[in-house]
Amino acid sequence: MLQFTARRLGYIFPIAIGVTLICFILTYLAPGDPISAIIPDNTPPDVAAQIRAAYGFDKPLPMQYLIWLGRVVTGDLGVSLTTRRAVLSEIIPACINTFKLAGGAIFLSCFIGILLGTLAAYRQGKLSDRAISSVGIAAMSVPQYWLGTSLVIIFAVQLGMLPATGMGNPSVDPFSKTMSYMILPMITLAVSHIGVIARSVRSTVGEILQQDFIEALYAKGLTPARVFIHVAKNAAPPILAIIGLQVANLLGGSILVETVFAWPGTGSLLNSAIFMRDLPLLQGTILVLAMFFVVTNLAVDVLQMALDPRMKNARAGSR
Amino acid sequence: MNILTSALPAPAIVAVPRPRGFWYGVVQRLSRDPVTLICAAILLAIILIAIFAPYLAPYDPTKQSVALRLKPPGYQGHWLGTDELGRDMMSRLIYGGRYSLFMGFLPVFVATLIGGTLGIIAGYAGGWLNSVIMRVIDVFYAFPSVLLAVAISGALGGGTANGLLALCLIFIPPVARVAESVTMQIRTHDFVEAARVTGAGFFQILWGQVLANVTGPILVYASSLISISIIIASGLSFLGLGVTPPNAEWGLMLSALRQSVYVAPVNAILPGVMIFITSICFNLMSDGIRTAMNVKN
Repeated sequence: MLQFTARRLGYIFPIAIGVTLICFILTYLAPGDPISAIIPDNTPPDVAAQIRAAYGFDKPLPMQYLIWLGRVVTGDLGVSLTTRRAVLSEIIPACINTFKLAGGAIFLSCFIGILLGTLAAYRQGKLSDRAISSVGIAAMSVPQYWLGTSLVIIFAVQLGMLPATGMGNPSVDPFSKTMSYMILPMITLAVSHIGVIARSVRSTVGEILQQDFIEALYAKGLTPARVFIHVAKNAAPPILAIIGLQVANLLGGSILVETVFAWPGTGSLLNSAIFMRDLPLLQGTILVLAMFFVVTNLAVDVLQMALDPRMKNARAGSR
Repeated sequence: MNILTSALPAPAIVAVPRPRGFWYGVVQRLSRDPVTLICAAILLAIILIAIFAPYLAPYDPTKQSVALRLKPPGYQGHWLGTDELGRDMMSRLIYGGRYSLFMGFLPVFVATLIGGTLGIIAGYAGGWLNSVIMRVIDVFYAFPSVLLAVAISGALGGGTANGLLALCLIFIPPVARVAESVTMQIRTHDFVEAARVTGAGFFQILWGQVLANVTGPILVYASSLISISIIIASGLSFLGLGVTPPNAEWGLMLSALRQSVYVAPVNAILPGVMIFITSICFNLMSDGIRTAMNVKN
């Protein structure tokens, strides 16, 4: 187990380096160097050169990357061009808000998705299976930003049941009010993932149900509930892998959903960074989110291995 | 050859049916699948409407009118109402399909070409070339796709071209992964070995054995990406990163009308309905093709 984790860590390390490289290059995709945005136009050239030198922008790119990487490792992601605050101190509260939303959405989509998918697999070909599959594919095809807008129109504008945007003031509001701000964005974020998870659970569980050992278990006289425990054990690793991937999509999708609901998370942060052309903030936010995803992948791999010892040999052989 | 055949007795039974190809079966199965056919018909209609937009749109999609702002559907010849600048919704939805479909197709097409080539090379060559290509792909895989698209087009500074570039880049890694794994599977089959034994060269096997067998699965996978591409492309426009005003694009329209949900809720929902219909049709059609070709998920 420990050895496996160590091997995965060794595998993740170059990927993490690659991620930082891409994040570093991002700022150079933009016209001009990152510093030109904060130097006023009428700055004398020698002063501008001095500022560039102070930030290390006069050095060759590989050197700049290493300097930047050195600072990133110590937690220094630079200074936001718009707020003049450290990028990290902007990102942390936003991350907490995003995780609140995404965490709720992941829980919701796993719960409903697994439930529906299992139900469909047990009733393959029946009406309920077809209904669930259709709902699943519809849920996958909904553009989240449109679903969010529609939900706002129905529940906030027409019915006036829930607040349309924002997150209230969690330190003052009672818990129920704080929750009421979360409901619509959480549902919006969860819906498409419910579709994906339900569909994958259906096909995974469906395949397991067709295997011989299931029939053998029934023949042995086990109750359906006891057989289900065996099904669940076999289905868990692949489903876990899919949920791991969904975490990433959920984080990505939250950019749009947070914009619709004006939720003060990383998505809103990215959105404002793009509009203000605040490249350090853009770069920092993307780096933090991508790193979080890399770590999630590692956790999923290790968990999968813990659930299914067969993976250990399979993985060692394939890569 | 002639001498040989003429020397043989004439075949007694001629009714042996010619063995039918794989694609014949696929087409036949598809023709019995009403859902796929209906989706294909709807998509064809949407595509044709987008192509012939100048002939079909009742009004100029960019003509503004202060007096006609946010009128409900059916108002004075504006069947689907008007938007926040008094432009005809129906004309804008018709024209909007052009950008939305274009941004759904082109990135997937380009990514399939590039990603497919990379994946096939990696899968067929193996060894260090495989490691180099696939490890680079892995790094791109470490980003959630929407995040990467937003990051690239955000850093580049928005606009249709940058949006397209970002979308191409995010679809290359998944296509390459699928292409690689399919190619790896094919490479181990006996018929590839048989071709090698009979003296087929590297490129001959690549063309005759590998390519012939991997294109189907890769294309099926690519078809499932079109709906995602449409949704992400509209999402970029929604964030102000893709298509720029005053051009009509469904995501952009949705984003602009979002401010007016209290005044004109129906108008605000319409562009999203178009994205939803298009994307669900692509998803269902891709599912149908996958089932007909018997390709597993």
